[in-house]
Amino acid sequence: MTVVLETRALCKNFGALPVAQSIDFQLTAGARHALIGPNGAGKTTFVNMLTGRLQPSSGAVILGGDDVTRLSQRERVKRGLGRTFQINSLFRGLSTVDNVALAVAERRGLGGRMLKPARAHTDVRDESMALLRTLGLQDDAATLISSLPYGKQRLVEIAITLAMKPKVLLLDEPAAGVPSMETHRILDVLESLPAEIGILIIEHDMDLVFRFARRITILVNGATLLEGTPEEIARDPRVREVYLGERHA
Amino acid sequence: MKRHNGSYSADPRIGWLELLPWVLGVAAFFLLPDYLSLGARILVYVLYALSLDLVVGYAGIVTLGHSAFFGLGAYVAGILAARLGVTDPLLELIVSFIASALLGLATGAVILRTRALTLLMLTLAIASILSEIANKATWLTGGADGLSGITVSPIFGIFRFDLFGKTAYWMCLAALLVGWWFVRRVIYSPFGASLVGIRENYARMSAIGSPVYGRMLSVYTLSAGIAGAAGALMTQTNQFVGLNVLSFESSGELLVMLILGGVGRIYGAFVGPIVYIIAQDQLAKQFPEYWSLGIGLLLVIIVLFARDGILGILDRIVAAVRRRSTARTAIEPKRSDATL
Amino acid sequence: MKDLIASLVSVGFHGTAYGMILYVISVGLSVTMGLMGFANLAHGVFAMAGGYILTTAMDRWGLPFPVSLAVSFALVAAASVVLERTLYSKLYTAGELAQVLFTIGLIFVATAIARLIYGTLQQPVHLPDYVRGQYSLLGRDFPSYRVFIIVFGAVMVAGLWFGVERTRFGAMVRAAVDNRAMAQSIGIDTQRLFMLTFALGSGLAGLGGALGAEIIAIEPSYPFEHLVYFLIVVAVGGLGTLRGPFIAALVIGIADTAIKYWVPQFGAFLIYVATIVLLLWRPSGLFGRPA
Repeated sequence: MTVVLETRALCKNFGALPVAQSIDFQLTAGARHALIGPNGAGKTTFVNMLTGRLQPSSGAVILGGDDVTRLSQRERVKRGLGRTFQINSLFRGLSTVDNVALAVAERRGLGGRMLKPARAHTDVRDESMALLRTLGLQDDAATLISSLPYGKQRLVEIAITLAMKPKVLLLDEPAAGVPSMETHRILDVLESLPAEIGILIIEHDMDLVFRFARRITILVNGATLLEGTPEEIARDPRVREVYLGERHA
Repeated sequence: MKRHNGSYSADPRIGWLELLPWVLGVAAFFLLPDYLSLGARILVYVLYALSLDLVVGYAGIVTLGHSAFFGLGAYVAGILAARLGVTDPLLELIVSFIASALLGLATGAVILRTRALTLLMLTLAIASILSEIANKATWLTGGADGLSGITVSPIFGIFRFDLFGKTAYWMCLAALLVGWWFVRRVIYSPFGASLVGIRENYARMSAIGSPVYGRMLSVYTLSAGIAGAAGALMTQTNQFVGLNVLSFESSGELLVMLILGGVGRIYGAFVGPIVYIIAQDQLAKQFPEYWSLGIGLLLVIIVLFARDGILGILDRIVAAVRRRSTARTAIEPKRSDATL
Repeated sequence: MKDLIASLVSVGFHGTAYGMILYVISVGLSVTMGLMGFANLAHGVFAMAGGYILTTAMDRWGLPFPVSLAVSFALVAAASVVLERTLYSKLYTAGELAQVLFTIGLIFVATAIARLIYGTLQQPVHLPDYVRGQYSLLGRDFPSYRVFIIVFGAVMVAGLWFGVERTRFGAMVRAAVDNRAMAQSIGIDTQRLFMLTFALGSGLAGLGGALGAEIIAIEPSYPFEHLVYFLIVVAVGGLGTLRGPFIAALVIGIADTAIKYWVPQFGAFLIYVATIVLLLWRPSGLFGRPA
């Protein structure tokens, strides 16, 4: 199993506060991995260090076999690392298809072209529409983001990242803010993602986690408490202790 | 006119309505021969406003120092003519464009690494620096008296600059045509779409791998060059250049014109200067204090109630009319049923 | 050599007085920009208003100097509250362009009104006798009014810093500057906080304008002419901080005085260049927090 993303002894301190304590982590190609843990465990900090938004205090981030610890976000994006945000980060004044088209154009290296009209780049539009179709958003192509319901906006968030054809995909709470009746759509989308992408999701929705993940890592106080298959995690008494308190263990 | 918004679906073909400004421009030459210098002034400011719209309206870079580029272009043209004896207008236009573009590149490279207030302040500082230099370097710029004695050679050796401003008018119109065509092309291109993306969500553009800094620098440089060309036109039309082209009031006035017309849409840069300069010509001379007061109040009102400017208000009226007419056609079949 | 030292002392002294005035005027801008994230370019209008109120109060209403200063502070603070409640508060979430345009509009309105009421000439300031004259220190003579400005400024600065560090109000301001959403969620009434802070900052600007009327002339073009310097003080010092603009104001005050004295042909050119260099080295200012 090729390891597509890895961290070695990754540490982060904010002053005297250790937020990440020597995290060793591996994500394989085609992985369906979930990162869970109580609030404040350091999950988003960890993801920020993976993407390059935050520099670790020590340790290394390895993407596709290369040490990317010192590289910028943009560099990592170019090497195939995609990430969605916990709070939607979309182009609200633009339509759905235009949101995706921006990402497709950048990936194809066309974003800087000044003389040919954008609409004439039919390859960009066709690819964007195809992507929207895989997510069931094709009917909303011309709708402004600000007019879309939140659940669909969450899907557009994923669509933009998919447009970059990442080899590794980090999804930060994809179901956050989505009404529970609609989370199945998110799950459907996640299940339909290309098999060769390595996917790591941070989630609190345990239903989604247990149905999606083939491997789960639990992060508590910035350190890995436990890692294993969903069955192993569900059985382990320490998990109940962490989530429900000692008396229930 | 539908507002174009950084889209891969927007039709780039030139619509009928878009020919209107040019029809008006040509008609004005024949119908209003006494107002050609005012007309030329309007044309220059439309070009200047287009350059500002690229930066403020499309890329979302708020600057109060665009007069630096306009002023540099104006002075370069003036210095070429008055101090170096280079009077060919097309050559002056090209040199001014290049000089201002270079200034835009140099200053942009430095200040575009900052954001918001710091950026705004740096644009002010740079414009202030140029203003100080123009003020003190009297041997070059004429200082507070400005540069006069500027003559303009015939264009292509044929079209002489006359006393009535006819040649100047056509030159400005032609230059605006070229500038407009080019700006429009850029706005409808993928580059233009990415500018809107940068304006809408800077962080996300970066996250999808867009070289945001490089894009902003490109548009800033281009915009500076265009502003410089507009400045050169101003000098050639007036055959004079003075310190006012570099003042903070000049940048502020241009911003007002752009907001008045509608920012972030090409034709706002047309409507704004036309309305503003004509109003200014009629009202400001008689009541200069009240003009200033009126402009200030207008700005406040626009920001609070009509942030999309005149074109935005027109959009809303058109949309309301359309809604009412579709409602009417929905009712009518029932009425005709009733009469049967 | 003795002449050089005399010049240095004189430049240092006058520069410090100028810097104090710059600080008193600009500190309000720093806090409101850091607190409300609002690009208030019209801050100079409050300083100008303070200056006009001072001269009006003393010359037309015959009020004594200290009372006039207090009236400047109070009236400008009150007016700013009205402006904040009616206009500014509608634009907190409107984005930078809207705020810039709005405040430029305010500047236009204010300068037009000033011209209509007071005309275009600089307002002469008739200081009372007890602050005029010279003050002798270490064998040298210093203009008393400048000494007064420096002392008054220092006392006010100390009071301000104490207030922000030690009082509950100050703690709330610091919390809200640091993280507005967090402050709201722990029950701080940010609306009221904005209003009070804005009033205090604007009142201080008015006081600074009044106090400094001799150094920074009161005329209708005031807000346009000195905007760049106020912004430089705040940007170089660091938004939302108190100490940063203090250092920046002193440095700029002394530098500007020095330049005008020794190399006047350069004008403010050097200060602008230095500002650009400094902001490139530290984009958030000397003491500011990186965004």
